[in-house]
Amino acid sequence: MTQDMDRSEAAQARDAEEHPAHGDYITHAKSIGSWMFSLDHKRIGILYAVTAAIAFLAAGVFALLVRAELLLPGETFLSAQSYNQLFSLHGIVMVFGFIIPAIPGFLGNFLLPLHLGAKDVAFPRLNLFSYYLYLLGVILIVVAMVVGSVDTGWTFYTPYSARTGPAVLFLAMAVFVAGFASIFTGINFIVTVHKMRAPGMTWNRLPLFVWSIYSTSIVQVLATPVLGITVLLLFLERLLRIGIFDPALGGDPILFQHFFWFYSHPAVYIMILPGFGIVSELIATFSRQRIYGYTAIALSSVAIAMLGFLVWGHHMFVSGQSAISSIIFSLITYLIGIPSGIKVFNWIATMYKGSISFKTPMLYALSFLVLFTIGGVTGIMVGVLAVDIHLHDTYYVVGHFHYVMMGGTVIALLGGLHYWWPKVTGRLYNEVCGQIAAFLIFVGLNLTFFTQLVLGSRGMPRRYHDYLPEFTSLHQLSTIGSWVMGLGLFLVLGYLLVSLFRGKKATANPWGGATLEWTHTGVRPDPHNFHRTPFVTRGPYEFDRIGASRSETVEDHRGADPPDVALNQDRT
Amino acid sequence: MANTSAAEQAAQERSPAHLKHYFVSSDQQFDAAKLGMWLFLITEVLLFSGMFVAYAVYRVWYPEVFAVASTELNPWMGGLNTVVLLASSLTVALAIRAAQTDKRRALVVNLFITVLLAGVFMVVKYFEYTHKFHLGIFPGGNFAYAEMNQPIVPIFFSIYYVMTGIHGVHVLVGMGVLSWLGVRAIRGDFHSGYYTPVELSGLYWHLVDIIWIFLFPLLYLI
Amino acid sequence: MTGSFWLPDGASTLSSEIDSLFYFVTWASVILFAGVVAAIAYLAYRYRRRRGGPAPERVKPNKMVEISWVVLPTILVLIVFNWGFRLFVEQSVAPPNAYEVYVRGAMWKWDFEYPTGAVTTNELHVPVDRPVRLVMSSVDVLHSFFVPAFRVKQDVLPNRYSAVWFEATRVDTFQVFCTEYCGTGHAAMLASVITHSQGDFEAWLASAGVDEDTPLPELGAQLYEQQVCVTCHSIDGTPGIGPTLAGLYGKTETLDDGSTVVVDDDYLRESIVEPGAKVVEGYANIMSPIYGGLSERELSALIAFIREQQ
Repeated sequence: MTQDMDRSEAAQARDAEEHPAHGDYITHAKSIGSWMFSLDHKRIGILYAVTAAIAFLAAGVFALLVRAELLLPGETFLSAQSYNQLFSLHGIVMVFGFIIPAIPGFLGNFLLPLHLGAKDVAFPRLNLFSYYLYLLGVILIVVAMVVGSVDTGWTFYTPYSARTGPAVLFLAMAVFVAGFASIFTGINFIVTVHKMRAPGMTWNRLPLFVWSIYSTSIVQVLATPVLGITVLLLFLERLLRIGIFDPALGGDPILFQHFFWFYSHPAVYIMILPGFGIVSELIATFSRQRIYGYTAIALSSVAIAMLGFLVWGHHMFVSGQSAISSIIFSLITYLIGIPSGIKVFNWIATMYKGSISFKTPMLYALSFLVLFTIGGVTGIMVGVLAVDIHLHDTYYVVGHFHYVMMGGTVIALLGGLHYWWPKVTGRLYNEVCGQIAAFLIFVGLNLTFFTQLVLGSRGMPRRYHDYLPEFTSLHQLSTIGSWVMGLGLFLVLGYLLVSLFRGKKATANPWGGATLEWTHTGVRPDPHNFHRTPFVTRGPYEFDRIGASRSETVEDHRGADPPDVALNQDRT
Repeated sequence: MANTSAAEQAAQERSPAHLKHYFVSSDQQFDAAKLGMWLFLITEVLLFSGMFVAYAVYRVWYPEVFAVASTELNPWMGGLNTVVLLASSLTVALAIRAAQTDKRRALVVNLFITVLLAGVFMVVKYFEYTHKFHLGIFPGGNFAYAEMNQPIVPIFFSIYYVMTGIHGVHVLVGMGVLSWLGVRAIRGDFHSGYYTPVELSGLYWHLVDIIWIFLFPLLYLI
Repeated sequence: MTGSFWLPDGASTLSSEIDSLFYFVTWASVILFAGVVAAIAYLAYRYRRRRGGPAPERVKPNKMVEISWVVLPTILVLIVFNWGFRLFVEQSVAPPNAYEVYVRGAMWKWDFEYPTGAVTTNELHVPVDRPVRLVMSSVDVLHSFFVPAFRVKQDVLPNRYSAVWFEATRVDTFQVFCTEYCGTGHAAMLASVITHSQGDFEAWLASAGVDEDTPLPELGAQLYEQQVCVTCHSIDGTPGIGPTLAGLYGKTETLDDGSTVVVDDDYLRESIVEPGAKVVEGYANIMSPIYGGLSERELSALIAFIREQQ
C-alpha cells in the first residue's frame, strides 16, 4: 500500500496542480511569492535561517562594538548611554531574535518532518504564521531602535524599565509577539512528533535531534505564556502605570524578577536543548557508531526540560528573596546538572570503537564537548550559594553563560549548519576553509570568555561601560579574542556564500548518515520530501544497515512493500 | 489509529475536500488538530495563571485592602454575566451536537445564540467599566477615587482591569470566531464527517467560560 | 594587582572560607575537565578513521559505568551544596553585636548614615575586627552593594530594607561597586570602604560631618566630587545628562514649558533641592531629589562653586 492509495482524489488533484513540473523543493517553483507564502516546512526553515542570520550578524556587530569600547578604560568612542543601549540590544536581539528561534526555526523546521518520515509538519499554515510573527517581533525591535533608545538590558528589570525611554513599549511588544511565534512553533512540533510519524517510526527509533526538539517544544509551550503575561504587564505598567511591579506605586520589583525568570530560565533550555540534539547526530555520524545510551540521552532531555521549571530562583540569590527559597533553588540547580553531565559522558563514550572522521561538523561537535564542559562546571560554581554571592552580576556569570550559549548552542548550530548544508543547498562548502574557521572560532571564543571568568571572580561587575585600571589587561585580551572569533565567523559567512553559487555539487548522502533525510531523499528533498512514504525498519544510528530496508530509496527498489498491517501502527 | 481502513474507506467514498494532502486520513487530521488545540488551551491557562499569581500574592499581603476594594464591584452584574456565559457554554455544546448529527439549522441557530450571549456579556462589562471610570477608578497611577485612598487599592483595580480586560479580549476573539463558523455553517461546510473547527472553537469557548468562573468569585465575592 | 590568579585578597572573617570553597570547586572542575579532554583526545586518536582500518564495532552498554557516572557527580555536587549552604547561613545572619550603618543608594551615589547622625557620601568608614551590619534601601531603582574583598553583595531595593554584614580584618581602603544595572551612571556608582582601628574610628566619627572651616568655593568643589555631580554635570562645557555648569551662572535658560529663567542663586538652590520644579528644555527630569538633605552651608558652598565656573 503506498501513500497514493489512501489519499483522496481531490487531494491528489490539488497536489498535481501545485506541482506541475517535477523538481526538488528549491527548483520546483521560483517566484518570490512561492517563498514568502510557502507552506513547505523546508522553505519556511530557510526563511527562519536567513532572518536569524541577519539578527545574529547585527547582534554580533553590537557585541564587537561593546568589546571595542572596553579595549581601553575610560570613554573612548561610545558614551555611557550608547554603550548601555548597545549591550541591551546585543542581549535582546541575540536572545529573542536569534538564539531562541534559530535552531528550532531553521533546522527544526527543515528536519523534523524529514526525520519523522512525514510530508510536512501537522499545521503548515500555522508554521508560516509563526514565522511572520517572529519577523514582526524582529521588525518591532528595529522600530524600538529607531524611535529611541532602550537601555534596560535584556532583563527589563523594574522599576528602571518603567522609567527609562518610551521605546521599551516597542520592545515589550516585540518580545510578546516573538513569544507567540515560539509558542505556536512548539505546539506545531509536539503535534507533529505525536501524529505525523511514518510507519515503523517508533518512539525509540526517533533520531535524538527529534527528541531534543520535542523537549524544547514542551518548554516553549509551558514557559513562554508566562513571559507573555509578564511583558504584557510591563507594557501596561509603562502605559497606564498599573503599579504591580513599580515600588513607587506600591508594587513589588521582586515579583517581576520571579515572573521574568520563571520564563527566562527555562528559556535557557529552549536555547541549549536543540544544540544537544545536533551534537548527538554529529557524533554518531562522524564516529559511524550507534549512540551510547540512546535512552539516557533522549530522556535526560525531557528531564532537563521538566527540572528547568524549578530553578528560576537561582538568578535571585542576592535579590532579597527569602534564604529558604535560595537554598531550595540551589539544591534543584545541582540536580539539573546531573542529566547534562550524563549526556557529555554518553557522547564521549559513543566515540569508543567508532571510526572517527574529522570533518568540519565533527570539529564543531568536539569543540562543543570541551566548551560545554567549561560552561557546565562554571554553572556548578555559580550555583554554590555562598560563592554566588561573590560572583553574581560579575563577568564570571557573563563568561559562564557565553560558554553555554556561544560555546554550546552557537557551536552546535554551526556544526549542524555544515552537516546539513549539502542537504539544504545541494552543494558542498570548502572543507579547508571550514576547518580553519572552526579553529579560529574555538581559540577566539576561549580567549574572549575565559578571561571574562577571571575578570569576574576578581570583582569586575557586568554592564559597566568603564572599569578600574587594574582590569585593563584582561579586558584587552578579551577584546582581542572577540576579534579572532569575529574573523572566524566572517570567514564562515564568506565561504558559505561562495559555496551557494560556486560550491561543488553534493551527493544525496555525503557523510554516510543513517537518518531518513540522508537515506530516503535525493540530493535536495522533493517538495513533499519523499518519493514514497518511508517504511522504517531500523534505528537512526544503525550505520551498518543503511540500504538494508527495501523502502530505502538510495538506489533502486527491489521487491514488494511490507504488508498493510505493519503500516498501520498507531500514532500516539 | 485503530480501524484505519474503515475510516479511510468512508473518507474515500465522500472524497472530502477538507483532507489536507500531508495527512494520511481524516482521523489523523482530526487527532492532530485536537491535540494542537489542547496544547493551545494549556498555554492560555498559563497566560492567565501569571495574573492569578499576581492576584494571590497581593491578596496574601494586603487581605483587608482587597476586602474593602472589592465592595466597589457590583456582584449582581458579575452574577448576571456568569449566568450569561454559562448559558453560552450550553449553546455551544448544543452546536457541536448539532454538527455531529447533521442538523445544520440547529447548528447555525446555536452558534448565533452563543455570539449573542457573548455580546450581552460585553455590554454588561461596558456598563461596569464606564461606571467606574465615571467615579475616577482608573488603573494604578491614574486612580482618582477620593472615597478609597488607601495605598494598595489602585493595585487591586489594576489587577481587576487587567484580568477582566484580557478575558474580555478573549470573549471578543471568541465572538469573531463563532460568527465566522456560523457563516460557514450556513454555507454547509460542516457535517458529521467534518466538524473539527466547531468542536475546537467549542473547547476554546468553554475555557473562556471557566476562566470567568474563577474570576467572578475571586474579584467580586471574596 | 594583588591576590591570587582567580580572586582578589580577602579581608573579611568569612572570605577565607568562601575562597576555600571556590578553590575546591575550581580544582574539582579542573580535574573533571582534564579527564574529559584526555578521554576525547585518546578516543579521537585511537579510533580515527583510516583507509583499511577496522570497521566500527558494536559496543554493549556497561551498566556499572553508567551508574558510576550518575552517582559520582551526584555525590560531588551534594558535598558542594552542603558546604555552600552552611556558609550561606553564616553569611545571612549577622552577629547580634554588629555596628549598624544605614545605606541609601541613589542614581548614582551611595550615602552612609552612622548612628551619630553623621552622613558620608561614597566613603564608608568602619572599624576593623567588629561585625558591621549595613541596612540598605534605594530612593529610586534597584542597586546592588558589592565589596569584592569582603565577598559580600546584596541588592538594594526601593521601599524595602535589605541587609548585609561583614567583619573587616585589616586597615585599608576597599572598592565598592554597584552591581545591579541602574542606568547611565551605573559604572560610575563606585564607593570605598575605609577601615580604621577601633580607636581611629571613634576619633573619625567624632569629627565626621562637621566642617565650618573650609572656604565655601573649596567646600563646594569637594562636594561636587563627593556627591558625584560630575556624572551628569560637566564643568568643562561638554553637554552631559544634565546641563554643564560652565558659564551657567547668569545665563538665561529656556525651560521645558517654554518659559525662560535667569540662573541665579535662588534658581540654583531650587534646582538642587527640588530638581523637577523647573527643568531646562532638552533634558529629562531624572535628577534625584535626595540633595535636599544637604545642609545650608553645603548648599551655599555648591552655589558658590557653580558661580565660579565661568
